[in-house]
Amino acid sequence: MSLLSPDLILKKQVAAVQEYSILAGRAIADIFSRPIYWADIFTQMDSIGAGSMPIIILSGFFTGCVLALQSVTALQEFGAVSMTGSLVSLSMVKELGPVLTGLMVSGRNAAGMASELGSMKVTEQIDAMRALGTDPVRKLVTPRLIATVFMLFFLTIIADAAGIAGGTLVAVNMLGLNASSYLHNSYSSLMHGDIVQGLTKPIFSGFIIATVGCFFGMRTTGGTQGVGRATTQAVVVSSVFIIVVDFIVTRLMIGIFGS
Amino acid sequence: MAEDLPSTDVATVEPAKAGAAVVQFEDVSITFDVKPVLQGISFTVERGQTLILLGPAGCGKSVLLKLANGLLKPDSGTIRIFGEDIDKLQRREMYALRARIGMVFQESALFDSLNVEDNVAYRLHEEQMPETEAHARVVEALKFVELETSIDKFPSELSGGMRRRVSIARAIISNPDLILYDSPTGGLDPITSATIMELVMKQRDVSHTTSLLVTHRLQDAFMLATHRFDAAGGMKPIAKDGPDHGIDPGMKFLVLNEGKIVFHGTTEELVHSEDPWIKRYLE
Repeated sequence: MSLLSPDLILKKQVAAVQEYSILAGRAIADIFSRPIYWADIFTQMDSIGAGSMPIIILSGFFTGCVLALQSVTALQEFGAVSMTGSLVSLSMVKELGPVLTGLMVSGRNAAGMASELGSMKVTEQIDAMRALGTDPVRKLVTPRLIATVFMLFFLTIIADAAGIAGGTLVAVNMLGLNASSYLHNSYSSLMHGDIVQGLTKPIFSGFIIATVGCFFGMRTTGGTQGVGRATTQAVVVSSVFIIVVDFIVTRLMIGIFGS
Repeated sequence: MAEDLPSTDVATVEPAKAGAAVVQFEDVSITFDVKPVLQGISFTVERGQTLILLGPAGCGKSVLLKLANGLLKPDSGTIRIFGEDIDKLQRREMYALRARIGMVFQESALFDSLNVEDNVAYRLHEEQMPETEAHARVVEALKFVELETSIDKFPSELSGGMRRRVSIARAIISNPDLILYDSPTGGLDPITSATIMELVMKQRDVSHTTSLLVTHRLQDAFMLATHRFDAAGGMKPIAKDGPDHGIDPGMKFLVLNEGKIVFHGTTEELVHSEDPWIKRYLE
C-alpha cells in the first residue's frame, strides 16, 4: 500500500465534503422538480417508519423507566420526588427522545442505505441506471431523504410518548407516586418551546441519516469489503453528526426560547 | 458525482447527419487520482460501423466506453456523440442523448430487486409507456435474445450467460442508434460466449446499429470480423472469394496499451501490422 502525502489526504477530505454538499444540495433540489418517485418514497417510509417502530418504542419506553428510577434517587435528597414526572417528560421531549430516535434510526437505516446503495454501486447498477437515463440521486437519494425526515418526526413523538409512559409505569408501580399528580406535573412542565425544540431536532437528524447513508453508499469502492466499510462509516459519521448537530440546535433553541 | 439529471421535458438532440461520425474522440485524456488512465485518445466511428476495442486488462477500455456514454467526464479533450459535444450539453439534452444509446455492462448490471421483465422494461417504464405496450416490447426483445421463457425470473435465478442476454435485451429495447458493449463475453465459457457473440452479430447485421465493443478475447473479435448473421443458420463465415474477401468491411479495431492508442485500423491492417507489440499481443 503506497503512502499518500498529507496535502493529498487533505485534498481528498475537502473533495469528500464538496461531494457530500453537492449530493445533499441536489437531493433537496430534486424535491421541487419532476419526476418525483412517489412509489419509492412510500416504500422507504414503510421501511424506515413502520420498520423502526419496535426498536423506537422499546428504547423509548425503557429509557423513560430508567430515567424515573435514577431521578427519584437524586430528587429524594431535596425532597422533590413529586418533580419526577416533570424531569422525565422534559428530558424525553427535549433531549432523549430526539437523540435516541436519531441514533437508533441511524444504526438501522443509515447502515441499510449505505449497504444497499453500496452494493448497487459495486455491481454497476447505479451506472446502469444513469446509462438508462435515470438520475440516481433523484431515484435513490431524494425518496430516502423525504421518507427519513418525515418518518423520524413521527418516530420521535412515539419515542417521547413511550418514554413518558415508561416513566409513569415505574413512578406509579415501583415508587408509589400518585398517577394523576405525576401526569399533571409531566404535562404542565412542558412549554411550547420545549415541544418545538424536541421536534426540530429530528428534522436535522433525518437529513443527516439519509444524506450521510446515501453519500457513503454511492461512493463505495472495493467490492464487498468496501460495502462493509461504507456501512460502518455511515453509522459512525451520522451518529457523531447527530450529536454535534443536537448541541448546535439546542444552543440555538435556548437562544430563541430561553431555557 | 457530477451527474446528468433527467427531466420530464425531454429535449431533442439532432439526429446525426448521414455519413457524419456517430462517435468522435479528440485528444481525450482522463486521470484517476494521480494515475493517467487515457492519454490523447482520438478516433471516430462512422454510422453502421463496429469498433472493437482491444488491449490488456487495465488499459482503459471500459473507461473509454463510460466516457462515450457521459458516465465519466474527461479531464481534457472533446467527445462528440451524434455530432454533439457532450461536455456542452445541458442535463436534459444529455438525458435525451442517452435514450439513443444502449449499454451492456461487464457484469450485466441487472437490477437485482427487479425481475427480468422489469429490468428489460426499465427504460420504457421511466418513459411512462402503457403497460401492455411495454410488455409486448419486452417479449419482442426477449425473443431476440431467446429468453422469453425467463420473463418472470429474478437475476439471481439466471446463469451468467442468461444475465448477459437479458442485459443485451435491456440495451436494445429502445432501438438505440449506438450500442456500447463492455466485455459482453467476460467470464463466460466458450459455448456461452459464442451465443453472446451471435447476438451481437445479429444486432449488427439485422439492425445495422453502430457499436463499440470492448473485449480482451481475440477469438470473439475475429469471429465478429469474419462472420455474418444469417437468419436461416445463425453465424456463417463470410465467403473468402466474395466481394469482402472474408472480412466484414464495417469492422474497425482500436488497440490500447497503457492508456494510449497503439493501433487503429481495419481487420486486415491489424493482422498484417509490423508493430512488435501488436504482433506479440496477437500471438
